[in-house]
Parts: sequence; C-alpha cells; structure tokens
Amino acid sequence: MALKIVKGSIDRMFDKNLQDLVRGIRNHKEDEAKYISTCIDEIKQELKQDNIAVKANAVCKLTYLQMLGYDVSWAAFNIVEVMSSSKFTYKRIGYLAASQCFHESTDVIMLTTNQIRKDLSSPNQYDTGVALTGLSCFVTPDLARDLANDIMTLMSHTKPYIRKKAVLIMYKVFLKYPESLRPAFPRLKEKLEDPDPGVQSAAVNVICELARRNPKNYLSLAPLFFKLMTSSTNNWVLIKIIKLFGALTPLEPRLGKKLIEPLTNLIHSTSAMSLLYECVNTVIAGHDVNGSPFLPPFSLALFLFLRFQLCVQKLRILIEDSDQNLKYLGLLAMSKILKTHPKSVQSHKDLILQCLDDKDESIRLRALDLLYGMVSKKNLMEIVKKLMLHVDKAEGTTYRDELLTKIIDICSQSNYQYITNFEWYISILVELTRLEGTRHGHLIASQMLDVAIRVKAIRVFAVAQMATLLDNAHLMTGNVQRKGICEVLYAAAWICGEFSEHLENPMQTLEAMLRPKVATLPGHIQAVYVQNAAKLFATLLKNQEGNTDRTAAQETSQLMIDRLPLFVQSANLEVQERASCILQLVKYIQKLQQKDVEVAEEVIALFAGELNPVAPKAQKKVPVPEGLDLDAWINEPPSESESEDEQPKAIFAKEEPKHSRARHTEVDEKELAKRREARKQEQANNPFYIKASPSSQKVYQEAPGVEHIPVVQIDLSVPLKVPGLPMSDQYVKLEEERRQKERVEKKKKEKKKRKEKRGGRGKKHDSGPESEEDITPAHMVDIVTEEMPENALPSDDDDKDPNDPHKALDIDLDKPLADSEKLPVRSHRAAEALKSPAEDGDAESPASQEPKKKSSKEKREKKKDKDGDRKVSVKNGNPTRETALWMYIYGDKKSSKHKKKKQKREKEEKEKKKKKKHHHHHHHSDGGGEESVQNGTVEEEEPLPVSVCHQSFTEIDIQGNLQDGSQVVVSVIFENKCDNFLKTMEFNVLDSLNSKLQRPEGSGPHDGLSVPFQLPPGVSNEARFVFTMQSIVMPQKLKGTLTFIIKDSSTHEKLDFKLHFTCSSYLITTPCYSDAFAKLLESGDLKCSSVRLEGVNMPFHHLLARICFHHHFSVVERIDSCASMYSRSIQGHHVCLLVKTSGQTVSIDAKCDEPTLLGNVLDEIKQTFSQC
Amino acid sequence: MQFMLLFSRQGKLRLQKWYVPLSDKEKKKITRELVQTVLARKPKMCSFLEWRDLKVVYKRYASLYFCCAIEEQDNELITLEIIHRYVELLDKYFGSVCELDIIFNFEKAYFILDEFLLGGEAQETSKKTVLKAIEQADLLQEVRPHHLESYPDYDCCHKEALLEVKLVLEHN
Repeated sequence: MALKIVKGSIDRMFDKNLQDLVRGIRNHKEDEAKYISTCIDEIKQELKQDNIAVKANAVCKLTYLQMLGYDVSWAAFNIVEVMSSSKFTYKRIGYLAASQCFHESTDVIMLTTNQIRKDLSSPNQYDTGVALTGLSCFVTPDLARDLANDIMTLMSHTKPYIRKKAVLIMYKVFLKYPESLRPAFPRLKEKLEDPDPGVQSAAVNVICELARRNPKNYLSLAPLFFKLMTSSTNNWVLIKIIKLFGALTPLEPRLGKKLIEPLTNLIHSTSAMSLLYECVNTVIAGHDVNGSPFLPPFSLALFLFLRFQLCVQKLRILIEDSDQNLKYLGLLAMSKILKTHPKSVQSHKDLILQCLDDKDESIRLRALDLLYGMVSKKNLMEIVKKLMLHVDKAEGTTYRDELLTKIIDICSQSNYQYITNFEWYISILVELTRLEGTRHGHLIASQMLDVAIRVKAIRVFAVAQMATLLDNAHLMTGNVQRKGICEVLYAAAWICGEFSEHLENPMQTLEAMLRPKVATLPGHIQAVYVQNAAKLFATLLKNQEGNTDRTAAQETSQLMIDRLPLFVQSANLEVQERASCILQLVKYIQKLQQKDVEVAEEVIALFAGELNPVAPKAQKKVPVPEGLDLDAWINEPPSESESEDEQPKAIFAKEEPKHSRARHTEVDEKELAKRREARKQEQANNPFYIKASPSSQKVYQEAPGVEHIPVVQIDLSVPLKVPGLPMSDQYVKLEEERRQKERVEKKKKEKKKRKEKRGGRGKKHDSGPESEEDITPAHMVDIVTEEMPENALPSDDDDKDPNDPHKALDIDLDKPLADSEKLPVRSHRAAEALKSPAEDGDAESPASQEPKKKSSKEKREKKKDKDGDRKVSVKNGNPTRETALWMYIYGDKKSSKHKKKKQKREKEEKEKKKKKKHHHHHHHSDGGGEESVQNGTVEEEEPLPVSVCHQSFTEIDIQGNLQDGSQVVVSVIFENKCDNFLKTMEFNVLDSLNSKLQRPEGSGPHDGLSVPFQLPPGVSNEARFVFTMQSIVMPQKLKGTLTFIIKDSSTHEKLDFKLHFTCSSYLITTPCYSDAFAKLLESGDLKCSSVRLEGVNMPFHHLLARICFHHHFSVVERIDSCASMYSRSIQGHHVCLLVKTSGQTVSIDAKCDEPTLLGNVLDEIKQTFSQC
Repeated sequence: MQFMLLFSRQGKLRLQKWYVPLSDKEKKKITRELVQTVLARKPKMCSFLEWRDLKVVYKRYASLYFCCAIEEQDNELITLEIIHRYVELLDKYFGSVCELDIIFNFEKAYFILDEFLLGGEAQETSKKTVLKAIEQADLLQEVRPHHLESYPDYDCCHKEALLEVKLVLEHN
C-alpha cells in the first residue's frame, strides 16, 4: 500500500508537462497518432487523480491537443473542475481550456453558471477578468440570461480593467439574450463618457457594432458621438465612430452635412492610413446618399462634390502607392464610387489599366471590375485590345476565364451600347475561341448568336466567319482540354444554317458540317448540325436549280444521303430523330429530282420565315382578348361530394389537408352572371387593369416595324484575313484611320465655315479631344429590338409584381381629403373597458376577461363599418385605409417613478403616503379606486411590463387611427381623477428620427402642443395628436411629458409617460379569401419565420380571438386545431400566419415580405400569451 | 473580428481564437481551407483576400502567418494594425519572440491575446496597459514561462525573431 503511494508520487514527478508533450510530438513524427493516443491515455489517468495541479497540467495539454484537431469533448467536466479551482494559476488554465473547447452544445456549461457568478464577484480583479474573457467565448443564451445582471453591475466596477471587459462582453450578451439590451443600454451609454479611455473606447466599440446592424435606434446618440469624434485623438476609437456615422448618415442626411468638415480635416491631417481609408469610405458612402432622395441645396452639393473629388484624389494616391495593400484598397474603394459616379473614375483610366499589369492577381481582378464601368465608345476597342493581350499572357485558367467573361461583359453591356463596329466584335469573339481550356464556350456562343440575330447588317460577315470556324472545327475538337470551347460550334452551325443565303461557298460548309468527325461532338451540337445541314441543303438546292445543270443538285442530295446515316445511328435521341427524318425527306427529294421535278421552292418553304428575338416579358404582355374572361368557370365547378376529395395545395409545408372548395358550389348560375357583370364593372373602373382599348392598338401600329428599318449593306472592303496580325487589331487600326478621316473632313468643313471670321478660337477647337458624340458608327448598325406581341401595352410596370404590396399604395396623396375619407372619431370605449374592473373592485382575472370581450366585440362592429367605408372610397378611385391603433403608456419603472416620488414628497403628505403604498404594492388591488384602475391597466392585454405611470389624477388612454402609410393619429383620453381643477395642459413628445409629432407650422421641434381644454375633477376628455412615422417594421417607444397646472395650488406639475407603438398596432385587420391567401403564399416573395408557444391553456377559438383582437389578424380558414390568419400593415406588408395547436403547445408559422416586422409581430404575439 | 489563426509556413496551426460560435467540424474545415489559400499566395501579393462572405487579412512574420477574418464593413488596415500590435505585445513579453516561444508557451500567447482582444474587439489600445495586466496576473501564477534556451534541439528557422524580420521587410 505504502509502496503504491510512493510510486504514485514518483510517477507524478515524471508526468509530462506541456513542453514535454510538444517535444514528444515532434520526436514521433512517424507515428504521431499512436504517440498522441498514449498521451491521451496518460492524460485520462492524470485526470482521475485528486491533485488539482496534475489535473490542470492535463487540461493544459488537452487544450494543445484540441488545437491539433483532436476531440477533447470527453474532458469537459474536468475542465469545469479546473475552472473552479481557487488558485488563479489553475483557474486561468481551466478558463482557457473552456474558451477553446466549449461551445453552445456542451452540456456541462449549465454547471458553470454559479462558478462563473462567484468568479465575477471575486475580490481579485484577475479572477473576474479571466471569467469575463472565458465567458466571451462560450456564452450561451442561458448563461447570458442568468449572468446579464452580474455583468451589468460590473460595468460600474471601481477598476477600469473590469469595467472595460464588462462593457465589451455585454455585446456578446446582447446577441445571446436580446432582452438585456434595453435595461443595460442606459449604463452602456454612460460608459461613453467614462473617465478611463479604455472603457470609453470599449463602449464606443459595442455601440458601433450594435448600430451597424440597426442604425435607426441609435440616431439619438449622434450628438454625443459627434462630440467624441471632435475630441478624441485615438485612431482606434475614431475609426469606430466614423464607421458608426457611416451607418447613421443614410438615415439622417443632415448628419452628412455636419460631418463633412471634421472628416475633411481628418483626411487632410491624419498620417494613419487606416483612418484615412475609413474617412474616405464614409465620405463615398455619404455622398452616394446625399445625391439621391434628400437633395441638399446646390451650394452644399457643390461643396460635397469637391470633398468627394478630394477622396478620389486620395484614392489615386493610394493606388499609386508601392504598397500592394493600399493599392488593393484604393481600387476597392474606387469600385464603390464607380456605381454612383462613373465619370470620376473614368479620369483615372490610365492608372487602372496599369494595375492590370500588376503581379498580384487580386489587384488585377479588382482593376478588371473597375474597367467594366469605364468604357465608352471611344476607348472600348483600346481597352479590349489591352485585355486581349492579357488573355494571351495569362497563365492560370481562372484568371483567363475571368478576363474572358469581363471582355464579353464590357462589350455587351447596355445592349452593346459602346460597340461602334460589330465586325470588330465578331472578330474578337472568334479570337477568343482560340483560348485553351476555357469553360466559357457557351458564353461566346450565345454572344455570337445574339449579335448575328440582332444586328442584321453584320450577318454577311458573321456567316463568313462562322463558316471558317466550321471548316476549322478540328482545331477545337481535337484536344480534350478544349471541350468547353466546342459550344461555339453550336452557334457557328446555327448561324451558317439560318443565314445560309449569305454563304459564299455553301457546298464547302455543308461538307464541313457532315464530316464524320462531327459525330464526336456532344449530342446537342450534333443535333444543331443536322438540322442546319438541312437548311443549307435547301438553300443549295435553290441555287443549283437555277442553273441549267441539274446534276449539281442531285449530287448535293447524294451527299446528304451518304452522310446522314452516320447520324441516324447516333446514340443521342435528338440527333437520331432529326437525322432519320431529314434522311427520309432527302430520299424523297432525290426521287422527285430524278423525275426532273423542281423541288427547291417547297424545300425552302420548310424553313421559311425569320426567327426574331422575343423580349423576355413578351408572354406576359399578350393582352386578353375582349370577351375572354379568364376568371370564369369553363365547366361547372365539381359537386360538393367530389370536392371532398380534392386537396387544395398545402400552404405551409407541414400543413394537414383541408377542405375548402365547398363555398363555390353554392353559387348558382344567376349569381355567377351577376358577379361577372360586377367584375367587369370593377375592371372598367380599375386603373391598374389593362384594358384592350383601341387606342393602344393604334400606338403599336404607328411604331415602325422591323422591316422598315433601313439596313445598310456593308461594303466588305476589309480583307478577311490579315497575315501576321490578329484580325481584331486590323479593325482597331482601320477604325482609327476612319475616325481620323472623319475628323479631317469635319475640320475641313469647319474651316470652310470659318473662312470669313477666322480667329484664334478655331485652332483651340481643332486640337481638342474628340468627344463621345463625335464618333459615328462605322456603318449604320441597327440592333433589332426584341419582339413584343401585338397589342402589347407600352407600360412601365413590367417589373412590378402583382403581389407587390406597394402597388396598392400607389395613390395620389396630394388630393384633398373627401368627407367620406375622413378618419372616424372614436368613442371612449377603451376608457369604459378600463373602468369596469375598477367599479367591480374584483379579483383580476375574471374582471379583465370581461372588458376584453366587450371591446373586441365593439371592435368587430367598428370594423364592419369601416369595410363599408372602404368600398365607397375605392369606387371614388381614391382608396384610403383606416384602422384603430391601440397604444399604451407605461412608465419607466425606475426613473420616472422615483422622480415622481421626490416631487410628491415636496408637495403634500397625504399624497406621499399614497405614493409609497402604491410603490410597494402596485401589483395588488387593495380596494382603493386608483390602484385597481392601475391594475386594470396592467391587466389590459399589453405585453410589456406596464407599471403605474400616472399620478393619481390623470388617466391617459391612447388609441390611434391610421391613415396612409406614414401618419398615425393618436387619441389621448385625459381623465382627471383628483379633486382639483386642471388647466394649461401641454402635451409633448420627444421626437425620434423615425417618428415625429406633427406640430403646427412655426413652432419649434421641441415645443409642446397645448391641450385644447381644461379638466374639472372627475371629467375626461379626448385630444388627438398626429405622428409621422417613417418605418413601421420596428416597435417604437416615444418618451413624452404632460405638463399642467393645478388650479388651486397653481403649481406646475409634470407627468412623464411613454408611448409604445407596437408592431401589431401597425397591422390592420384585413379580410382575405383563402384562394387569394394561397396565391400570396405561393408567390414566394414572403420570408418565413416561426414561433412556438408552450403551456397555453385555453380553447383554440379563444386563442384565435386573442390573436385577432390584440394583433389585428383575421382568420382566413380554420380546420380543427389549425387555422390560417392574415393581416396587413398600414404600409401594405402582408402578414400570414398558420396557427396549429396540440395539447398546450401552439406553433405559429408565419410569412411576411418584411422579415423585421414579422419578427417583431411574432415576439409580440409570444408576449401576449406568455402573460396569460 | 470573426476569428484569428496563427500557423506556420508548413501549415501547422499554432494558435486559434474563434469569436463566433462554430462547430469543431466547421472550424477545422475553415482552418484547412484558409491555410491552403494563404500559403498558396505569393510573397509580394497584398494582404487581403475575399473569402466566402468575409474578408481575410493576413500577414507573415518570419516563419509565422497571422490571419484574421473580418466582416464586409470592417477596416482591413486597422486589422493589420491589430495583428502587428499583437506581435509587438508578444515580442515585448517574451523578449524578441520567435515561433518556438509561441509553441511552448501557447497558453501565454492566449492570455496576451485575451488581454488585447475580447470578443473580437480591441479591448486595450495601450501596449503598456496590456503588458502590465499580464505581468500582474503572472505574479499570481506560480509557473514561469519557458525561454528560448530551453529548446536547443530545434532548427533555427523556428527561432527567427518575428519582429525583426518584419522591420527589414518594411524597409524594403
């Protein structure tokens, strides 16, 4: 026994430490895996011992092995053991191991909560620090929730070392447990002004990261950050602040104006490239925004432009720098400018072309991106020539393929806008086919086809080129590497066949197409070969029958009959089918030929007619002929019994089958006719419905047809092949000569004109650079426009989706409001609902249930009325949307209540007592009228912590009405519950950037609105306030104050409140039919999201009623324990829900075109049910 | 910052720090892919590359590559600065640091990194403060770091000081 102990301690002496392990691994290079597995066995033994030093050593080695890629998850519990050691040495190793090895699914993390909490509150700051660092790596939602409060306390720790870490880790906590953001934010904000610069910069870091994702919630911090920016000298902090402003300026363009000066100063003064780069990037981004919707006054725009030019200049300096990194970043920033200001970039063409020669591939690729936006008619040929040189030089296929696609992109952009000479372009394409091993054969092919079809004038030339390609097809097919390029032959064969009348030597081409080697090509290309051989054959027959010698024609037929059997044997079905069909046809023709019958005309007729390009949207534009009602039943709808079997398409993937069609069967013939008539009427009045009116036909006919476009034949004076030089270069040269000639002619003309009054001006003009407009195309090139069906309406809304909710909002907003459209004034129903529990003085739950039902009923009635209204207004052609919006106020639990308490204390004793009582018991109804009313408010449906906000004399209830997408009308009911007369009430709300209280003209942005009445005791009255909202996808909270004077004491009183605009309150209950609903879901425009509610203990119809009432949904369909619901936001977002229940679990699958809105609505629904 | 990797010219991982939660499998895949991509680049190429939807910033110091992944809107140059700052910190702490110091004291390298960055954000921009914090924490610890003399059996290429070479490169 004793021996065993001694042996154990000797073993420990010889335990491997980390260094031994590292060395050992190195010395066992041959059998590393084996060595490590013995090491792991040793470690397992060590972990079994009680000595914490041995365990820590083992865990340290495991951390190393983890980095090498070995699984150490089995030791998770041992890591926790080492973490909880009281010695810092071991604790440190334990936390390091945990931060490297733990992740969210590590189950022992649950065990660590208390240990971490203990470490966080340790008197030793390094214990705390180590725990914070570790936590930042493995924080889970559970840990975040449990420890959020502890970490928040640490943000105010006396040691900056801890504060700084606590602030930074809060960001991770927010990510895992978003609910913590609101309570922690005030303190985080405080830290922006922490005396320690480290803490300050940590706070800037965190807020910047938060704001980058959701900038609009942080706009209010802009002044503070502005101050920091102008005072800070720390580049790290400055970069973050500038980045933050970069995110804010798009939302608040005025900020951009303010920022210009400090940014310019920084750009001029800073020596840190990183800071300069950040400034330049922000100015670029800001300039982009300032250019668009909020156009600044002209002088400011000019100023901005100058600053902008400064940035471009700075970028040039970056690109010219010898440092590859700066060069790369300069080009990257340039490409951002390119999108908005191509002109500014174009002046640096030389520099960018230089970068194409850079040895660094990443820089070359960046430069290529830039070239795309820099081409013009003038420089296209030059740029492409340069690129072609690079193609030849490029070694790697990836870079070469990139070059190839870029060349084609550059040339074909905006409908070949910059190409003046299509012969040149075809030659470029042909040259590109010589590339080894490119993957982009199909790209070249489609370009060839496109150009040949759409540019009529080029066909002769294109056909000649393609014939040469076909002749030399062996060059492309011979090599395995060249597989990709043979796609080009597809285009070549088709062009030669389709436009065979332009062929110089059709016989030679036909033979080229029927070579036995063709059989090695891919099937789809062979098929095109066969088909086009037939076209060629037809053309040949026509030519040859014109001659007196008939034998030539017969020989051609014989050639076909000889060669086609090869294709008839093809394994490819398409090839085989076409070949055998054509073979039989030719055999028949041969028979006729032998009888001296002229067949050419008939054969030609097989391929008569021109194939014109069809616009992609042509099909959609085919108008519905008059009298054709696509919505009418063709056959009577199936009977009810049959429809039982029919399963409508699943709306959500997991949906159970449901039976919904029954409704239609009840409609009889008469009703149908009536509906049809009504629909026609509606369509006639609907401006969005495309009508087949005679006027539209006329418009189309007036447009010149394709045939009438004058086509100038090209004089083919250009030699097709120039020895020694790539053909495209010849064109460049010729083009230059031509332009030169044109210029000279122009000059001559100008000279003639100026002969009489010749001055110094003339010369200056001559030497000036040729402008874009001066370049005329080499020959009239008509790009055949894509065809549209007859009667197609020239409309702009092609791109709009019929399901696009914004389409419905396309309403003239300038029209004055008609009486029928005015917002209905709501009665005080909510106040009633609130009063009832107070009168009862009853227990909370039954009391609160009742008023809710009541008001929901009321609401439904209101809805009906409104629907009626809407119909009327649609008829007027000016639909409006109205609804009731519920809002509520709640006090900021901490701040406002305490403030009030203080106020009170100064006032009167009696009140103070009440206040105190109130403070302690505000969740119990203890009989007093005020309290129970307050409880009523708490109970009243609202999902967020509603606490007592109001002083005992004023009851505020808010309901809102909505009109159009941005205005919200909030009705506030003031009820005086004290015994004194109240007067001079002033209502004021602190505007956020998203939502503003509308104030009368002439008043400042912070002025309050006076409430237009006084309140005697016990009286209530209503006032309405209009808010303007920009975005409705997020819930909003607005802080406000109500000031008033109590008549007798004539003291000023203040009441703080918050207006909470929930996302549900932006939804309007909108009825939706199941088929429209299904269509909406199928459209695929909606984003999905889902939520699960546990422990909901209420009947399903109550649940639905709750969603309908609180969140303004309407039930589309309900089958057993499953229902689909629909609602629509004031800005027209569709929100669809599928609610399913089983036991106490409710799952809601939801779809909406605005994911943020959807997320918030779901959160609110969740909260509604978590409170019951 | 999403993660930081240190690896040798031979592609051996020397340090890894992940600031985003990923599975071990995913981490291994990313590491393998990035090490390959970065090692394949030529010495005179720029330090940035676009990789998936991230930007990768890397820099070579003697035998070691320091490689960080940042997001689209992040500043590449400041990331290079962070890398350099970290190398300087290692250098100050170990005294002319080399790859072997990091191999044999890899936990120290982590501790220094953790004092400098937290959750992927720069925590302390002052070198002095970081080193002071590490020294203070080391005072509580019983084990001293190992030094260069303690690994005589290694090739000299691993002993190349990271920072001096860097200075030479800068002068070129």
